[in-house]
Order: sequence, then C-alpha cells, then structure tokens
Amino acid sequence: MAGAAVTRNVDESRLPVLTGAYSYASISDKISDIVLVRPSHWGFYVAFALCTALTLLFAGAIAYLFYEGVGIWGIDIPVAWAFAITNFVWWVGIGHAGTFISAFLLLLRQKWRTSVNRFAEAMTIFAVAMAGLMPILHLGRPWFFYWLVPYPDIMNVWPQWRSPLVWDIFAIGTYIIVSIVFWYMGLIPDLATLRDRAEHRGKQIVYGIFALGWRGEARQWHRFDTAYLLLAGLATPLVISVHSVVSLDFSIGNTPGWHSTIFPPYFVAGALFSGFAMALTISIPLRAIFGLRDFITSRHLDNIAKIMLVCGLLVAYSYAIEIFMAFYSGDRFEEYMVINRMTGPYAPVYWAVVACNVVVPQALWFKRVRLSTLTLFAISIVVNVGMWLERFMIIVTSLHRDFLPSSWDMFYPTFWDWAILLGSLGMFGWLFLMFVRFLPAISISEMRKLVRERRDGET
Amino acid sequence: MPGARIDTPRDARDPPVDHAAPIHGLIAEFATDAALVEAARRATAEGYRNVDAYAPFSVPGLSDALGFRRDRVAPLTLLGGLLGGAGIYALQWYTAVIDYPINSGGRPLHSWPAFIPATFECTILGAALAAFFAFVLLSGLPKLRHPIFNAAEFDLATRNRFFLCVEAVDPRFDRPATRAFLQSLRPLSVSEVPL
Repeated sequence: MAGAAVTRNVDESRLPVLTGAYSYASISDKISDIVLVRPSHWGFYVAFALCTALTLLFAGAIAYLFYEGVGIWGIDIPVAWAFAITNFVWWVGIGHAGTFISAFLLLLRQKWRTSVNRFAEAMTIFAVAMAGLMPILHLGRPWFFYWLVPYPDIMNVWPQWRSPLVWDIFAIGTYIIVSIVFWYMGLIPDLATLRDRAEHRGKQIVYGIFALGWRGEARQWHRFDTAYLLLAGLATPLVISVHSVVSLDFSIGNTPGWHSTIFPPYFVAGALFSGFAMALTISIPLRAIFGLRDFITSRHLDNIAKIMLVCGLLVAYSYAIEIFMAFYSGDRFEEYMVINRMTGPYAPVYWAVVACNVVVPQALWFKRVRLSTLTLFAISIVVNVGMWLERFMIIVTSLHRDFLPSSWDMFYPTFWDWAILLGSLGMFGWLFLMFVRFLPAISISEMRKLVRERRDGET
Repeated sequence: MPGARIDTPRDARDPPVDHAAPIHGLIAEFATDAALVEAARRATAEGYRNVDAYAPFSVPGLSDALGFRRDRVAPLTLLGGLLGGAGIYALQWYTAVIDYPINSGGRPLHSWPAFIPATFECTILGAALAAFFAFVLLSGLPKLRHPIFNAAEFDLATRNRFFLCVEAVDPRFDRPATRAFLQSLRPLSVSEVPL
C-alpha cells in the first residue's frame, strides 16, 4: 500500500490505539477476512469445544429444572434466592461495561473505544441474555413469565407497578432491546462490506439482507451519525438506571444487608468493575487467537485496566460505607449482619471478596502490571470471581440470618446450581465465539475513519 | 482470496456503451475523501441538485457539501421518547387507579414515585426505537435493489473508494457535458450507471 510511510502515532507520549501500516482496503480486508476466510487457530477449537460442552450441560440442567422444579437447587426458606439471582445480578453487571465502552466513551470522544466497542457490545447482549434467563428459570412456573408484562388479559389483572420486580422487567427488557438496536445499527455498514466482499452467493444474500441495502450515501451517513449519537446519549443514562433498578430489587426489601440507600451507586460501580474485568478476559484471548494485536493494543488494555482500578476503588469505598453505616445506624440487626458476614459461617466468602475486589486490583496502580497481558488476564479472572462472590455474599448472607434466630439456616449449592452457573458461562462463550465467526468483531467503518485520521487517506 | 482485486490499475477508457439506453446517472470514482468532498462541493456549485456521494465511512463535511443539513432524526427521537414515557405513565395510571385498584401498603392509588422507573425505561425505549427507525426509514432502507449497485466497482464503496453520482433525473443533466464536468474533477474514472 502506498501509505506505508505514515505509521507513527501523533501523540508520542501515549501508546498508540492502532499499530501497523493500514490503508482503508487492508484494514477492511483484515477484519472482514476473520468472517469470510475464517483463519483457524487451535485456540478457537479448544474454546469452542469447551463452550459447546458447557452449553449442552446448561441445556440439560434447564431441561431437568423444568421437569423437576426449583427444588433441585439448594434454595429453601430462609435462603430462597441464591445462585440464580446471584448469576442474574452478575451477568447484568457484566453487560454494563459494553454499553459504557460503546456509548459513554463515544460521548466523551475517546478514540480508543473504536476497536473494542463492537465486541464489547456483543458481550453486553450475550451477558444480558444470560441474565434475563436467570429470573425466568427461578420462577416456579417459568412458562408464565410473560405475566409480568402489561397486556389486556382475560384474567383482568394488571402488573403491580409498585413492585421492583416489575421495574426490573422494564429495565432489563429495555436494556436488551436498546443494546441490540445500538449494536445492529453499528453493524449495518459493516454488513454491507461483508455483502460486497463475500464471494459465496449464500453469504452475499444473507449479509445483503441484514445490510438492508446500505449504500454508504452521504445522507445515509448523516442520519446514521445523528441516530448513533442519540442512541449513545440514550444508552448512557439507561445503563446507570438498569443496575440501579436491579439494586432496588434488594434495597426496597427490609432485610438487613439489603435495605440501604447506597445500593444503586454501589451496584452500578460493581457492575462496571466486573464488566471491564470481563472485557479484559475476552479481549486478551481474542486478540491472540485472531491476530488483532494491531487493533486491540496495549493502550486499550491499559485504559480498561485504569477504569477497572477506578471502579474497584468505588466498590471498596462502598464496602467501607456499608460497614460504617451499619454501626452508625445503631440498628442491632444491621450491626449483626456485618459481624456475621465477617465472622459467621460465610466468612470465607466475605474475605475472598475483599481479597479479590479490594486487595488484588491495587496491583493495577503499576504500569508494568497494566502492560503485562498475562498478569492483566489473571487479575481480570480474579475480579470476575470476586464480583460473583460479592453478589452471592449480598444475597445469601443477608437472607440466611435475618431478624429471628429460630428461622436461621444455611444454603449449600447442589450440582444443579453449579451446572446452571457453569452452563451459562459456557453458553455466553459459545454465543461469543459464534459472533466472532459470523460478524465483524471490530467496527470496520469506524476503523477506516481511524485510518483516515492518521494519514492523508490515499490508497 | 478477495485480495486479488485490491487496487488493480484501472483502465481509464470506458467499455463500449449504448449511448441511447436510459441510465441512472454518471458516476465518478475517487481515491480520497477530500477529493470526494471537493467534488461534491463543486457539483452543487455547478447547479446540480440530484447528486449523491458514497463513502466507506462517515466523511465529515460531505453531506454539508451536498447541501444536506437537517435530517429530522433528532425531533423524531424526542417524539418517540415522549410517546413512550407518556404512554406507559398513562397505562400505569389507568390500570392502578381505574381498572385494577389495589391497596398496596396504604399507598395512594396514584402513587406516582413508584411509576417513575417504568416511565423512565419506556421513555428511553421509545426514543431509541424512534432514532433507529427514523434513520432506517428516512434513509429509504430497507431497499435491497438500487440502480447504483449496477455501477462499475461499486462494491468498493464499502471498502476504500469514494463515489460521486450525478443522476439522470437532474434537470441540468446532459450526458456529454456532465461527463466532461466529472472528468474535470480529476477522478480515477467516470462511467455510466445502467438502470
């Protein structure tokens, strides 16, 4: 390509967001070939086999659950909410980082978002899909889940609008619809690229239909830009509201450990924390397997790690405030809840949460850690585990010992609890691998724009 | 490998064409976005109205050069948001106060603070759907068949080439004159777009 001369980053003090010499053509080909030519890598097949096996486990666990009922899980009174709700809160939170990257960073004109936003949005959609399944699986009669939706039914009943569970279905429903719309809209120009580059008739037709006949006309781009910016502006408050509403599921109840005004910001910070951890967990193997190190550079990993550090500090602050408020309130049930978390039967969970979410992320203060891919990957796994345990701690330790000692009891997960958790992880991974195989994992049209901004654009 | 057709030097001469056959327009191909913006600006200045520019990414200033500024997406988004929010609030009020009144913990039937979360979510939902459909429908999509796809090399419009098309319906359109004008913009090539 003619423009090979210009590869240097403009701002030398920072790591580049795009390395290598790319032209409009070569960057289009490089990204679309992942889908059209499908380079094979043993890592893909190993991951695919593992995820498929876990997806089958998930299907089996769901089938048995529908046959037998929620009694196959370890839940009972007083701990009637456990793994499924923990998974739900955790998965919704993971989705938040994707929206944060694609919407919030767009509003802030952060150029580094360009090469990570597409797969971060995909991560959001698949994570929210997994989250949405969990409360439905938890229903005694899951086939009636649509009763939460307001529609004129023959029973003449309407949803109870004062219940956070109804707010929840509105929040999650809106979140998944808006996430899909945002994601699909960004995909339209790239689907047109695939349509025009595919050599196989079937692919041309399928990509062509989904590209809606996109022509790249100036007026179409103009409307595209306006609508995309508006969607980003709408998705930003939405993402804050979603985990706030999820937290209200708990804080509206009067259970000690749940009934707290700090919950909405506390949950949102935790959501971003776990979401950015998952973004690292995904992007590090993704760029290795598909050779995307030029697009997902150390700059991206460094920035994601920095945001993770900030969110982690907010989460740590929330833990401290939770303890402080319990004692400041003078409420003996609140005080006992904190002491029970630290020293009771679930104390190992509490201290694991502190270790994973407060202690380990402090390593991210060091640039050397942020630039070491393996260390970052390890920290991201630790934070993912820590955030799952945090959700578990909030839900289970609050329920298992409430006001009346005679009703105290323990929760122990069964095989089926673990099957649902691991199965949902497998299915999330499986959907993500399918996505990488069939759709461009990086926004091609935005990468062309990035190329343009770095060079004079002659091809 | 599709790579075979990357940047092959293009034959400047046009293939033999039937000059009597009706065409969609004349299209000029450019290598850079700056050339396309300049071409669009000059075509508009020349008095052409039915001009379209095609680019593989959103080129700043391109729609401006074509005289296209207001796209009506934003007002429609606002309308969608207002409809979504007002609609769900009205539904909550009607069901909770009129059709299915339930005393929930002594709260008033019209307990508006509790109605806010669903109202907020549906405002966002209505606005987002309106923004998306305004973009799709105002852009004339979905439209899988369009004469512009007949243009030579037009598959590169989604890869690395920039096109300017003067449509035959333009009142000032005249095959030889328009072709000469497009040639004066120093494009990579000028060709006819069959209907």
